[in-house]
Amino acid sequence: MKNSSVFWLTSAVAAMATSPLAAQEAMGIDEKVNQVFAELTGPFVSLIFAPFPGTSFPWIVMWLVIAASIFTLYFGFVQFRFFKHAIQLVKGDYSDPNDAGEVSHFQALATALSGTVGLGNIAGVAVAVGIGGPGATFWMILAGLLGMASKFTECTLGVKYRNEYEDGTVSGGPMYYISKGFDELGLPGGKILAVVFSVFCILGALGGGNMFQANQAHAQISGILGDYPGWITGIIFAGVVFAVIVGGIKSIANVTEKVVPIMGILYVGAALIILIVNYDQIGWAFGQIFAGAFTGLGVAGGMVGALIQGFKRAAFSNEAGVGSAAIAHSAVKTKEPITEGFVSLLEPLIDTVVICTMTALVIVISQQLLIDPATGNYLLNDTGSAIATVDGNSGVALTSAAFASGISWFPYVLAIAVVLFAFSTMISWSYYGLKAWTYLFGESKTSELVFKVIFCVFVVIGAAASLGPVIDFSDAAIFAMAVVNIFCLYFLMKLVKRELASYAGRLASGEIKKFTH
Amino acid sequence: MTAKIVVGLDGTETGERALAFAKDLASKMEACELIAIYVIEWSPFTFQTAEENAQRHKRREEEIALATTRIVDPAVAALKAAGFKASGIVRHGDVAETLNQLTVENGGSQIIVGRASSDGFAKRVFGSSTQNLVMHASVPVTVVG
Repeated sequence: MKNSSVFWLTSAVAAMATSPLAAQEAMGIDEKVNQVFAELTGPFVSLIFAPFPGTSFPWIVMWLVIAASIFTLYFGFVQFRFFKHAIQLVKGDYSDPNDAGEVSHFQALATALSGTVGLGNIAGVAVAVGIGGPGATFWMILAGLLGMASKFTECTLGVKYRNEYEDGTVSGGPMYYISKGFDELGLPGGKILAVVFSVFCILGALGGGNMFQANQAHAQISGILGDYPGWITGIIFAGVVFAVIVGGIKSIANVTEKVVPIMGILYVGAALIILIVNYDQIGWAFGQIFAGAFTGLGVAGGMVGALIQGFKRAAFSNEAGVGSAAIAHSAVKTKEPITEGFVSLLEPLIDTVVICTMTALVIVISQQLLIDPATGNYLLNDTGSAIATVDGNSGVALTSAAFASGISWFPYVLAIAVVLFAFSTMISWSYYGLKAWTYLFGESKTSELVFKVIFCVFVVIGAAASLGPVIDFSDAAIFAMAVVNIFCLYFLMKLVKRELASYAGRLASGEIKKFTH
Repeated sequence: MTAKIVVGLDGTETGERALAFAKDLASKMEACELIAIYVIEWSPFTFQTAEENAQRHKRREEEIALATTRIVDPAVAALKAAGFKASGIVRHGDVAETLNQLTVENGGSQIIVGRASSDGFAKRVFGSSTQNLVMHASVPVTVVG
């Protein structure tokens, strides 16, 4: 019944869009949505991205990188010391066979990754490299490596302080560890901070986890089918998302879950093929990345411009310090919460250090970014805000063009990948947002339904608005989560250190042993 | 010394035939204990949504309860009623691997299973659980047709 009504709705919309008058009117709707949206979100975006006085450096970017550096030092480079152990945990070497059938470390990691691997890796990197030049890649990798420690901290807490209900279901995430952790330490304000986090988490879910995805999915589809109003894509996407999260149509989610990892492998595989074919340019590309990282190679803002873009995109892509992963990881079955922390530190590595770097290398090697042969610096576009590209592409279109230069038919695969990645990220974020929503308004069916409907409405708005305001709001909402989360992690990190010392001691003494499978 | 025979149940008629064969075999032996095992096919390397993960513990308990009451408990009760010493186990995992592992853990001397109950493309490519068990088991395996 629900399926058929979605079908009729989309058919009617498609029919309407075919008449020129309707199309003109539709464009009008897009513009209106865009204008209202930009006006509403402007002040919030300005506050989050406010630069340090006298500089152009947004304080929020520094906030994330400083936190990741502090966690890295505080836990003694945990991301490198326990890297091998993290792999062993994912392989199941330390999993009790009696717990078979529960959520495994691999499953929790894969679920969290499906929420992060997506458009950030494809479109986000193109935005970063398009504005900040190849040098942004260097800062992105650095932020990815440091971010592993942030992820470790938040995911350990996510499991340690989750709620386990009588019926066997679990709810976890920053809102739970902030309120419970602060109580445990006898600190005031835990509940208020948890509420503030939840509000930002809902905005983040609607922004980066929803509108940005819908927006870029539409850009990709219209790039292939020809230009048409965004709200049509929005309504179709909203219909499918509605069918899954409200209608409980598991088959759609099941198909996506299986196809998304295959798409991820295909994407990395295609990038590798392009790199192998152009192996003689890999050295040059890394040269551009290093040179650009410290000189900027003529990009807007120079070295700082490259750094800001790299850090921003890394944070947006792997979400380390944001707190979203703590929600996804909290369902794992383990007696040792810290083991999930170890597993989660692989996430920024896979997401940012491997996949984002692949995208960046393909863009650089494909020479989509125009270079001034006289100076060796990158040429800027007419507005001077980004590097000029071969066809004036930016975002996902730039990545698409870069891959097409190596494998001509790949944009079609990429289009499918983008749509599926966007969809799986939306499903993941609908859950994160829902958990924050139910934390605020209680776990009732009505309250859940209200959030889910709002979520679907934002899919349409996201697809209809233009990239600028959407990307600004998406970044701002997600970074706002990090403001509260990281502030609280500074207080709670000693609880993680206690866990780490105890676990490391027992692991070294042989008390924690591998299970023979 | 009591010999322990493991019977792999699958909730179908082939499992029943394996059970009947095991009973027949046990009745000819002096001291014999039968262990009925049902493995719920599961892999730790699948992809799930966050919502499914959150509900996984609950689902697992439901799956175990269902397999115990519908398949294993009736089989054990029937064996006991027929005068055999019998016990039952329900576990998640790869069917062949888990059946073998539980047999070794419980000191079983042989495994009796039914022939693969279905046919399909996947089974042609990857082999059935029965084939995998026969190839990798640590103890003798009897496949009942």
